[in-house]
Amino acid sequence: MSNYFFFIGLPYAALVILLVGSIFRYMNFGFKVSSLSSQFLESRELFYGNRPFHWGLMFLFFGHLVAFLVPRSVIAWNSIPVRLVILEVVAFGFGISALVGMLLLILRRLKHKRLLMVTTKMDAFVYVILLTQIISGLWVAYFARWGSAWFPTVLTPYLKSLFLLNPDIAAVSTLPLSIKIHIVSAFVLIGMIPFTRFMHFLVYPIPYLWRRYQYVIWNWDRKKIRTSRKLVNGVRSKNN
Amino acid sequence: MDIRSQIAMVFHLDKCIGCHTCSIACKNIWTDRKGAEYMWWNNVETKPGTGYPSKWEDQEIYKGGWVKKGNSVLLKGAGKFKGIKSLFHNPNMPIIDDYYEPWTYQYENLFEAEEGDDQPIARPVSLITGEYITPKSGPNWDDDLAGSEEYAKNDVNFKNLTPADHEAMFQLERMSFHYLPRMCNHCLNPACVAACPSGAIYKRGEDGVVLINQKKCRAWRMCVTACPYKKSYYNWNTGKSEKCVLCYPRLEAGEAPACHHSCVGRIRYISVMLYDADKIEAAAASNDEDLIKNQLAIYVDPFDPKVIASAKENGIHESTIECAQKSPVYKFVKKWGLALPLHPEFRTLPNLFYVPPLLPTMSYANEDGAYETTSESLWGAVEKSRLPMSYLASLFSAGNKETIKTVLKKLMAVRLHRRAETVGDLPPEESEDAMRDAIMDKETADDIFRLTSLPLFDQRFVIPPAHREEAIEMMESTADVKGNSGFGFKEPPVRGL
Repeated sequence: MSNYFFFIGLPYAALVILLVGSIFRYMNFGFKVSSLSSQFLESRELFYGNRPFHWGLMFLFFGHLVAFLVPRSVIAWNSIPVRLVILEVVAFGFGISALVGMLLLILRRLKHKRLLMVTTKMDAFVYVILLTQIISGLWVAYFARWGSAWFPTVLTPYLKSLFLLNPDIAAVSTLPLSIKIHIVSAFVLIGMIPFTRFMHFLVYPIPYLWRRYQYVIWNWDRKKIRTSRKLVNGVRSKNN
Repeated sequence: MDIRSQIAMVFHLDKCIGCHTCSIACKNIWTDRKGAEYMWWNNVETKPGTGYPSKWEDQEIYKGGWVKKGNSVLLKGAGKFKGIKSLFHNPNMPIIDDYYEPWTYQYENLFEAEEGDDQPIARPVSLITGEYITPKSGPNWDDDLAGSEEYAKNDVNFKNLTPADHEAMFQLERMSFHYLPRMCNHCLNPACVAACPSGAIYKRGEDGVVLINQKKCRAWRMCVTACPYKKSYYNWNTGKSEKCVLCYPRLEAGEAPACHHSCVGRIRYISVMLYDADKIEAAAASNDEDLIKNQLAIYVDPFDPKVIASAKENGIHESTIECAQKSPVYKFVKKWGLALPLHPEFRTLPNLFYVPPLLPTMSYANEDGAYETTSESLWGAVEKSRLPMSYLASLFSAGNKETIKTVLKKLMAVRLHRRAETVGDLPPEESEDAMRDAIMDKETADDIFRLTSLPLFDQRFVIPPAHREEAIEMMESTADVKGNSGFGFKEPPVRGL
């Protein structure tokens, strides 16, 4: 029964909450969408924690994404054992880097009174869920070898079945507890995005790479001044 | 030609008395809030000094502004790849200790302390943590050269001085200082706008005010690094950057910003200038020695019929053009060439210009170590000034001493001319020589004198209103919002379901 809850109910709930919640928050509480950087209050220790943490997590996130999107390529890559080991070791390395970074960040936050002033209950939750996620992930990577070999054949079909609205939990429900914890906490994390600072995943400034450097906003189209006969709106600024 | 209108300012440094009234006016209106206590959108520095935040002018530390690259410019410490790469940790960002830790005093203790043998005291407490602290620095702790061993001596602008000259400047006889009020320059080539990864910072087309959209800011903090003047601040409480808004609600109503309005020394002038937006990139990428010349060339003559026609075509209101014609800023900057931008080498093309201070250069120590302040020595003083020209040049002309000398000579010529007119104790040839040297006629000198010393309120602040009666059209079509009062509703008054 609990398998139904954790592997069908929870994932759908998480995805719906993510979709509705983050759009609602973005549209109605734009002021509250921020990465809430604390570098201004403490910078040196942030460097040692934040960079390994973020780069580690980013690599792992995209690693999981690749295994989900192109499972065959991952299997093909793993057909030569050395490549499999390289992939696993690199991924494990990034996992360790994320864990070490995370621990340094937690220590940093506890150590500095200034940072405690900008720490909320939701931040504590964020730490707990991330620690669960990273530790269970490392546990799985070490004890349930080799993740990159079974993920494409076990988890990819499951995730795919979720997205095709035809969930098949037969394989997932027989997995060991450590993997189940990793999956469940991942869905909790996704569902909590709209309620925590995780929102900053969604506003990562990729469009900056192709926008023009200078940005001028005209509150009304200066070349189309309206007259009483021409009542069509000018170009309205997009940021209002 | 793409003519736009820009709000621009002139600060006359000889008139600044360093009273910080501007800073307080600004603080009371805008930054007296949690997370913003440390911000001084407007601050007054004593020069020489390290300023606020400490050593803000040293771009080797903070990597602000632009650098020339071929025919264009690149951000020094931010930009597309550099910026996105360092989102997780920005190595060049000033932190709170580079400004100061804001504090208040426990005033309630004065009333509520238990009866005892001693007088109750109000101890300082941090406005961040609420703990007792001992303040070790503040935004103006180097006022009037206080702590000059620590502050003034480390001023970045001394970089061109020999160690001996540097040492000599701090002998009591040679010491001099002046004030430097600073605020956002609302630049034509703003580095903060270009560095903002989320596109939250923008320049307002109608008047050129640079603003941060608080809803779009995501705390990537690149603006703090990119602004070479360090006039974009990070609010540690809300997780949003904030900066001077040039009191735009006042500005739109045709009133001067609070810092300008409250200025006791009446050093501030604010008005519009018309400029040609097509010339911005080329001017920003000029060679160091042409920077000021090319920046001034961006601002166009508001009396030129071609300019007026082009301005009208771009939708610039009649009243804005009129203001540009009466603009005191245009007179100081373009017509008389008396005002210079602060640190033009940052290449942001700032719209705040300074009339460099003549007073600290005027007297010098003679052989006996006494001051030469007699009227006979006035003219020579610019050459032998006790404040090294290279210092002023480092501040206002990217190191070009001739530019500074030209301006100072003009200022001096006006003084000599007025002295000859009103006191009459100078040999007439002295004032005439000075006038000839500064290439100035008597009428111009009198005009400069009048706008410097006796300007009326309306002559200092020539601000076109945003035409509130038409301003609603900036946002909405008036036909759609019929029945609304002003900006009262943000949504059209549609009947609910």
